[in-house]
Amino acid sequence: MAKVELRNISKVYEGGVKAVENANIVVEDKEFVVFVGPSGCGKSTTLRMVAGLEDISSGELYIDGDLVNDVPPKDRNIAMVFQNYALYPHMSVYENMAFGLKIRKVDKAEIDRRVREAARILDIEGLLDRKPKALSGGQRQRVAVGRAIVRNPKVFLFDEPLSNLDAKLRVQMRAEIIELHDRLQATMIYVTHDQVEAMTMGDRIVVMRDGFVQQIGSPLYLYNSPVNKFVAGFIGSPPMNFLSVKVLEEGGKLVIDEGSFRLHPDDAHVGFLKAYVGKEVVFGIRPEDIPVAEGGKGQRIPAKVTVVEPLGAEIHLYASTPTQSMVARTSPQHHWRTNDKVEFAPLMEKARYFDRETELSIIPVAEEKKS
Amino acid sequence: MSAADERAPLPGADFEEAAAVSRLRRVSVRKVAGRLLLNAVLALVCAAWTLPTLGLLVTSFRDPDMVSRSGWWTAARDPKGLSLDNYRTVLAGQDWSYVDSSGKTVRLRGENMLGAFGNSLAVTVPSVLIPILVAAFAAYGFAWLKFPGRKMLFVGIVALLAVPLQIALIPILRDYQKAGLNGSFLGVWLAHTGFGLPLATYLFYNYISTLPRSILESAFIDGASHYTCFTRLILPLAMPALASFAIFQFLWVWNDLLVALVFLSGGGRAMEVLTQRLLALAGTRGQDWHLLTAGAFVSMLLPLAVFFGLQKHFVRGLLAGSVKG
Repeated sequence: MAKVELRNISKVYEGGVKAVENANIVVEDKEFVVFVGPSGCGKSTTLRMVAGLEDISSGELYIDGDLVNDVPPKDRNIAMVFQNYALYPHMSVYENMAFGLKIRKVDKAEIDRRVREAARILDIEGLLDRKPKALSGGQRQRVAVGRAIVRNPKVFLFDEPLSNLDAKLRVQMRAEIIELHDRLQATMIYVTHDQVEAMTMGDRIVVMRDGFVQQIGSPLYLYNSPVNKFVAGFIGSPPMNFLSVKVLEEGGKLVIDEGSFRLHPDDAHVGFLKAYVGKEVVFGIRPEDIPVAEGGKGQRIPAKVTVVEPLGAEIHLYASTPTQSMVARTSPQHHWRTNDKVEFAPLMEKARYFDRETELSIIPVAEEKKS
Repeated sequence: MSAADERAPLPGADFEEAAAVSRLRRVSVRKVAGRLLLNAVLALVCAAWTLPTLGLLVTSFRDPDMVSRSGWWTAARDPKGLSLDNYRTVLAGQDWSYVDSSGKTVRLRGENMLGAFGNSLAVTVPSVLIPILVAAFAAYGFAWLKFPGRKMLFVGIVALLAVPLQIALIPILRDYQKAGLNGSFLGVWLAHTGFGLPLATYLFYNYISTLPRSILESAFIDGASHYTCFTRLILPLAMPALASFAIFQFLWVWNDLLVALVFLSGGGRAMEVLTQRLLALAGTRGQDWHLLTAGAFVSMLLPLAVFFGLQKHFVRGLLAGSVKG
């Protein structure tokens, strides 16, 4: 098993389109790292460079300590699972899994042993004689994973492997891949556009946008300490609320003014916001951090209910001030209706503030503690 | 709204419903009429297409005298006049008789069609296989390999599709003369290969470039070289394209007279192909209709067999199951 290290990796396509810029990512041995971002962010390109399917324009790629920039894919000792499965349609499941081993002239008995072992792990022993077209989507994806397992590679690469499956199957396969990772103790890099997949599967997550790595960290670290507005909005569902507010100083105290309401920032944040007095900033707060006020006193955000989404265990309450809208995660006891008046009690110590221009977090983000 | 709700009658809607039903009925009558018309036209086209062939088939069983005396459609009136004699003559060779200088009648047996059948096969099979192999390699290169000048080269090949082969006959013949290829099978194979390559390359390129890239990439990661990829993945997956070109090229070469006349005549009668023999069968003045028709049907047997043999490859189902979609 192996460590994968990307140093200042860039990809520039013919015609000057920059797909990835200066990516610095270290995937530790046996780690499960997820590259996540919206489509076109360069996450797949980065993975394909690790696989050797795309040339690296500049920078260095190390697998297990060896510089592999110019090593062809077959000599990198990696295996890749594709979004569309990429099974060989004219071969049976068994032949599909055995193909790579046959090419590498592995002993026949050994091939048989490994294929059957992989089939057992993936619970597809009964399908070995079938052709891919006789399989369901989930089974096909299992075969694709099996094809990777039998090779016993240093690094597993997954390129959006679940996005062609229906929602229920996706959740199931998600769990199976995590289990597989625990079982094989292999280094895995997994690309997805789905932040839920990223949060649930990754030991660490690499958030990308427009070819740039935005932030790298464990799921909870990214959730709690996003470095910028993009990461804050991308990680978490429903996403963090962003409200445009103005920072004011009133009688020696800082206030943020939305227009329809005013709030006092948490003491820990005041120092950093001082530089923004008189300017507009983005006030970010997660849906679970604006519980509905049940009487009592304290800071309040008044709003009007626009949409109610009952999910059973909780309700997503969409509400808006005269100019801006937000969503809150509330308990299902209440029966809200559209146009009801509601007051939220924001947990100001959980609030984030972002610069309007740079979108960077105004409150400095602490480095993640290495576990 | 569920389907049941939709069907439930609304009070007072009976009249509207009746109107709707009659409207529906009118629409369906018009639909049926349209269908009938379409089928009638299709039937007419089919008849126009098959009638001459039927005429040929019937004529091939008729007596030479009857062929010249009455139309083939009258053959049913006199079923006794039908026989396999023409086929016997065509397959076994024609009897020739002439009176020699001493006044004796000499009977000679002419050459049969089997030799020509064999020659046609000898010309056709390599002329189909060689271009397929070369073009498949070329198409793979154009589709999946990056090399300078790739686009220009491909455009050049596509442009060659527009060149009629007739203008190449004389220059090639001159070169063959110098190279000693005139009147040899190799010469005809190369000629047919050359004439078939542009279409084959274009056709295969179009097919191969639509194969999902990820299948190849997966194979590369699995450790396959370009050659392994080509032989183990591309060739089997491109079977539908290869088969459809094989049928075209087979029919073209099998029915070709021009190229054979130009490049094979140097080989003498021993190298005659079916089309040349058919030409001879018709007689110098076109009088031997009965033989021509029988010969034509004999020459059709193999193409029909090939067509039905490769037919299933026309179904583009081979890719099903590989990738999503």
